[in-house]
Amino acid sequence: MKRTLFYITTFMIVSLSLVPFLWFVNTSLKTPLEVTSIPPVFIPSGALSSYVSAIEGYDLLHFVRNSLIVAGVTTIITILISIITGYSLARLRLKYKGLIMGSLLVVSMFPQISIAGPVWRILQDLGWLNSYQGLIIPYVTLTLPLGVWILASFFKDLPPELEASARIDGCSHFQTLFRIMVPLAAPGVFTAAILVFIYAWNEFFFALLIMTQQDFQTLPVGIALFQGQYTMPWGEIAAASTVSTVPLVLMVFVFQKRIISGLTAGAVKG
Amino acid sequence: MAKIFFENVIKNFGNTRVIKELDLHIENGEFFTFVGPSGCGKSTILNMIAGLEGITGGKIKFDNMTVNELSPKERDVAMVFQSYALYPHMTVHENIAFPLVMKKIHKDIIKTEVERIADLLGLYDLLKRRPRELSGGQRQRVALGRAIIRKPKVFLMDEPLSNLDARLRVEMRAELKKLHNELNITTVYVTHDQAEAMSMSDRIAVLSGGEIQQCGTPQEIYLRPANTMVAGFVGSPPMNFIPAIIKDQAPLEVDCNGFRLRPVTDGNPERGNVILGIRPEDLTVSSTKIDKGIEVIVSIVESAGPFNWVDLKWKDNTIKGMAGLDEKLQPGNTCYMDFPEEKVLLFDRETGKRV
Repeated sequence: MKRTLFYITTFMIVSLSLVPFLWFVNTSLKTPLEVTSIPPVFIPSGALSSYVSAIEGYDLLHFVRNSLIVAGVTTIITILISIITGYSLARLRLKYKGLIMGSLLVVSMFPQISIAGPVWRILQDLGWLNSYQGLIIPYVTLTLPLGVWILASFFKDLPPELEASARIDGCSHFQTLFRIMVPLAAPGVFTAAILVFIYAWNEFFFALLIMTQQDFQTLPVGIALFQGQYTMPWGEIAAASTVSTVPLVLMVFVFQKRIISGLTAGAVKG
Repeated sequence: MAKIFFENVIKNFGNTRVIKELDLHIENGEFFTFVGPSGCGKSTILNMIAGLEGITGGKIKFDNMTVNELSPKERDVAMVFQSYALYPHMTVHENIAFPLVMKKIHKDIIKTEVERIADLLGLYDLLKRRPRELSGGQRQRVALGRAIIRKPKVFLMDEPLSNLDARLRVEMRAELKKLHNELNITTVYVTHDQAEAMSMSDRIAVLSGGEIQQCGTPQEIYLRPANTMVAGFVGSPPMNFIPAIIKDQAPLEVDCNGFRLRPVTDGNPERGNVILGIRPEDLTVSSTKIDKGIEVIVSIVESAGPFNWVDLKWKDNTIKGMAGLDEKLQPGNTCYMDFPEEKVLLFDRETGKRV
């Protein structure tokens, strides 16, 4: 009885969250006529025409490329800094460790809108509006607290003898970190990397604010600007949304095991 | 190989002094053990030798070279940890090879070396496995292999046998001793298990409260403990302590619970209060009256296999002795105990030092 209830609830929650996704995947496969027809058509027949039109008419791949650059570079920089910071915070005998970790958390709580103005001014003075670094650097600062917290808790759980052992076996501090600790914290590194990537991939507000020229716009902004003054290309928007979502879904599926072990690490002693 | 010298070595953690003025030297090729209760500072000493902990004051030297400021890498020491500290993401082969890889030694040489060590330790068939696929004893061997592969100057072991089950522990003791005899590398061993220390070491330092209580061969420590701490710590079950009073000096005569004894001492103690120490294994208990036997009451009988340990009530004191299996002893019964006077040790009641 309990089991059935569990499955019913799970099924309902999963379907509810899946509906929007399935709806736009479905829409992306419709012809322009089917998209707006009443009563709605549930079996699409347009095949990939919306995709072709999104790529050819709206330069979809250009936005994908920008998003890949921004999210990819953000992830690499954030993870590198998080590894070093997280390790130090986990291991060094620092005086105000609690305060540092706490302030990191506080900083990550600031609503984006509250820092948007200053960030825009700084970037303008640097001449970095409409440049990759202009978006990457704010993303790195926004995602660092998350990365540092995940990795610090991972490094904290690794036995300190391993480091002592590595040091005695001839490793420098950096070698100890990158040859022994990072491979052991791999689930944490993966978890952090994927979460950071998803954040940077999906982020809309800063991207809209900073990237005013189409040359540098990322997918979410690009898709939002698909609609013209008199047009609402639903099929193309749905196709672009699918393109922007499917890679993430695939990535999470592929690394599912690692992410789960990452999110639950430290719960039980290995 | 190296001699290790400690010159006035001090270690503080914050405001707490954990090692007080350590002065000691460890000989070339010696198997030297620091033994003591937990928290006595023995692992800290080992970490200071390894370079994992800084030194607050004094000097540590390997032969003539002061190593205070050297990193673990530069000191050329190897260490075996209680938890083994094997690298979980590497195979046995990679684990053993790791110190040589860090030294950037040629691959082919590493391969032959690892195989030689694996042969020596009986790990040959396990080289492709990962640590989690090994038993405790096998992991211990891998940790040893990783330590001995690069022929270090000094070999450090931090309670390496504590995580093994009792039988394996005794086996590994013999194996470690054999390995030490073969390699003849200066070995510093840390343990809280006095039996382990006694059975393997050339010399032992008994530590308590960050200070060496006594340093000597296992036999010296067992037979002539410097104070009640050492006497109580070394030997199992621990030594019996009974308050006594020195009544006469020449010849020495001691009153213990109204019983007159003439123990043999190194010095010439003054009259006054002392503590009398006698090891349970030197104290025989008998159910029938024996010549000079002291009348006592049986409180507990524990079987030790070939004989029994008996807890006895002697007036206000509880003491432990040995009885043969044929002795019929029941709790509450009166029985008789006897011990040779020359085995009795006397300790100052104030300072605890042997007199």
